[in-house]
Amino acid sequence: MSNDLSPKERMAIDRVHMPELPADERSTNFEEVNLGLSADQALSEAQRCLQCKTRNCVAGCPVGVSIPEFIDALACDDLPKAAKILRGDNALPAVCGRVCPQETQCEALCVRGKKGDAVAIGYLERYVADWAMLHPDRLLKEAKPEATGKSVAVVGCGPAGLTAAGELARMGHQVTIFEALHDTGGVLRYGIPEFRLPKEIIDREVAVLAELGVTIECNVIIGKTLTVAELSEDYDAVFIANGAGLPTMLNIPGENLKGVYAANEFLTRVNLMEAGRREDSATPILQRDEVAVIGGGNTAMDCVRTARRLGAKRAMIIYRRGEAEMPARIEEIKHAKEEGVEFIMLTAPLAIVGTEDGWVSALRCQKMELGPADDSGRRRPQPVADSEFDIPAGIVINAVGTNANPLLTATAPDLKLNKWGNVVADEEGQTSIPGVFAGGDIVRGGATVILAMGDGKRAAAAIDQYLKR
Amino acid sequence: MFEVVSNEILAENLHKMVLVAPRIAKARKAGQFVMVRLAQGEERIPLTIGDADPAAGTITLFIQAIGASTRKIVSTPVGGFIRDVAGPLGKETHITNWGRVVCVGGGVGTAVLFPLVKALAEAGNEITTIIGGRSERYVILADELGALSKNLLITTEDGSLGYKGFVTGPLSEMIADPARAPQAVFAVGPVPMMKAVANLTREPGIETIVSLNPIMIDGTGMCGGCRVQVGSETKFACVDGPEFDAHLVDFDGLSDRLTSYRKEEAARHAAEGCKLAKEVAK
Ligand SMILES: Cc1cc2nc3c(=O)[nH]c(=O)nc-3n(C[C@H](O)[C@H](O)[C@H](O)COP(=O)(O)OP(=O)(O)OC[C@H]3O[C@@H](n4cnc5c(N)ncnc54)[C@H](O)[C@@H]3O)c2cc1C
Ligand SMILES: Cc1cc2nc3c(=O)[nH]c(=O)nc-3n(C[C@H](O)[C@H](O)[C@H](O)COP(=O)(O)OP(=O)(O)OC[C@H]3O[C@@H](n4cnc5c(N)ncnc54)[C@H](O)[C@@H]3O)c2cc1C
Ligand code: SF4
Ligand code: SF4
Ligand code: FES
Repeated sequence: MSNDLSPKERMAIDRVHMPELPADERSTNFEEVNLGLSADQALSEAQRCLQCKTRNCVAGCPVGVSIPEFIDALACDDLPKAAKILRGDNALPAVCGRVCPQETQCEALCVRGKKGDAVAIGYLERYVADWAMLHPDRLLKEAKPEATGKSVAVVGCGPAGLTAAGELARMGHQVTIFEALHDTGGVLRYGIPEFRLPKEIIDREVAVLAELGVTIECNVIIGKTLTVAELSEDYDAVFIANGAGLPTMLNIPGENLKGVYAANEFLTRVNLMEAGRREDSATPILQRDEVAVIGGGNTAMDCVRTARRLGAKRAMIIYRRGEAEMPARIEEIKHAKEEGVEFIMLTAPLAIVGTEDGWVSALRCQKMELGPADDSGRRRPQPVADSEFDIPAGIVINAVGTNANPLLTATAPDLKLNKWGNVVADEEGQTSIPGVFAGGDIVRGGATVILAMGDGKRAAAAIDQYLKR
Repeated sequence: MFEVVSNEILAENLHKMVLVAPRIAKARKAGQFVMVRLAQGEERIPLTIGDADPAAGTITLFIQAIGASTRKIVSTPVGGFIRDVAGPLGKETHITNWGRVVCVGGGVGTAVLFPLVKALAEAGNEITTIIGGRSERYVILADELGALSKNLLITTEDGSLGYKGFVTGPLSEMIADPARAPQAVFAVGPVPMMKAVANLTREPGIETIVSLNPIMIDGTGMCGGCRVQVGSETKFACVDGPEFDAHLVDFDGLSDRLTSYRKEEAARHAAEGCKLAKEVAK
């Protein structure tokens, strides 16, 4: 099959719609919401791509995926080739195809988006990656690299660590990942819920690494079980990718009432420990009819949609700016709305109100209005006088953000940090300690999966150079 | 996977378990704990590292089987495995030579106290250990603690062993006597006990350290679930503690948060009881 439609024919094709589970069905279970494209849909969508010489879309992707090339292979029905191209640029395509904010990255710069709808690059990426997972026997075999005799320790098994490990193993280095938790994936496992990213995908990606000879040691907390200095002694280089897992407190009255969760706790209980998802999970989770989630990012959407699935009749987002200012992905907001989530905008929490016996009963709020733009270019919310009101709630979840976790850095005095406690690293991931590199959220603060992966990839290249010196 | 190399019953529901965990054995300090998950699907729970043998690569846990998770863990036989053991977590105890120190343990707290008493004794302190229990059956580790202490006092609520009453009885007598008054007090046990000890030592200004036991999930500072109010600050017990200045801790808040899952736990016990009953019926 060839991909030789005329531009006019391509322009005549409409963007596919992702098949989804019906909202009323999915809001009571943890099944994946997006069902994936059919072969016909994928082919038709691939044909919408104009194969632009300028490759605008590629500039929008933080790791520079060869978008027109993989789409062309897909349009020619050469899936093994499409898979190979994708894999060459992106270690976790099945993840990125699902969770990348494509609308602000690759798809935002797609030429077709100027007049009409951008090519659904993320959906196509997911399609090819899912096909590849189902057809391991048809993939073009990777040549086993020659062992270099060098070893690298990777701290953290999130997207940054996984990517760096894969790259380094493909270069022939012996890689060991140390992970603090009992399972792999980082935020992909404990943060992002099953209905957006089935955990099986992480397991398969991890299996690929194992095949490449990467060792993963869970239950090892760097900074506690072993220190960075000890890793530097035992390995030729170290890559630190321990993420940004430390919840930011709201610092409002009532935060220690029963029924108040930080997003990380709520999501960890449900995602990592399977509370409320598996009948025999030993970890408990509270379930209440009214759940108020504070925040407007992906984390807030994940919490509120999870609360809905656990049975909340009123699952609410409380956000101090307007809907247009919400940092969450458009698709998440749309899905949340379809699932019956209420959006209470321009509202800031003042206090959490409790019952006599210490349970949450309401979130005390204040109305806000948007003033002039602040440093970030977003309009700053200002309180409206005398606008206090209470939102009844049995659970309040704080999803306003995370900071750098000091566990590792506390025992690495030579590692330079910025004023927020993030590790200082240059473009290539080099830190203030020779042979120690860092990337992902621990360097950037809370960012995205693909930026963390990009860091892992660049650092792997820099580590390879360092090891060859 | 962490192999169980010994599992002794010290008292009713109290087990002393030795596990192979060489890295933890090497890195751990008094006052630190591990997060333990028996198997896939089980809870992660915090347990103090009671002792360690870096040469043998083993750690010792004292485990009181009070609920579903602890009961399952203690039923792991010698030669069996615990899937996940992560640590050492938490801050190490600040150990110095205070002179006279009183160490107070109640219930499981007595197990948590053991490594502290050992480290304080090694630092040359003159230690009086007071262990309290509801009745004789609940008094644990008396021989082990007695060997490390100058004096060992036991209190039981029903008078079945030692002094009749609470640990605060002998403690307040000591405080009142200038020749015996301690320079520092360590207290580990049920929240009301720690609170009562803090109230006794507050006015005379005796430095008092308690080891707190909030519910924990990750134990690495990631989830915020173990937060406690200490003075005007919210602290995460797993990374900022578990030991804190007793005179600053909001014990009532801690007690209250510990009841968060009482209903859910009761339901789980009931469900497991049912399963058991059905099996017995077969
Ligand atoms: C709920 C939620 C939803 C999100 N949704 C999206 C989305 O839709 N799209 C998107 O692009 N991004 C999303 N993000 C952001 C994205 O997940 C992160 O930017 C990304 O995971 C960062 O990757 P990382 O590898 O740097 O760190 P992490 O994923 O945080 O992984 C770090 C790993 O290191 C481990 N670790 C920590 N400390 C230590 C230590 N001392 N020793 C050993 N191991 C340690 C941690 O347990 C963890 O496994 C979301 C984040 C959250 C919390
Ligand atoms: C830092 C730290 C160190 C600890 N060290 C030890 C130790 O060395 N040995 C030991 O036996 N136990 C120790 N504990 C307590 C132990 O973690 C709990 O007993 C355990 O989590 C209970 O789990 P379960 O499923 O068996 O009981 P559950 O069914 O969860 O609870 C049974 C009863 O205990 C209460 N409870 C629940 N969690 C705790 C808790 N964290 N502390 C006290 N009561 C609780 C419940 O409200 C309930 O009434 C420690 C706790 C902390 C925080
Ligand atoms: S990795 Fe993300 S940004 Fe890059 S092409 Fe894929 S979906 Fe787009
Ligand atoms: S910009 Fe859009 S149309 Fe052009 S090559 Fe990229 S995906 Fe295809
Ligand atoms: S247990 Fe999660 S922060 Fe302490």
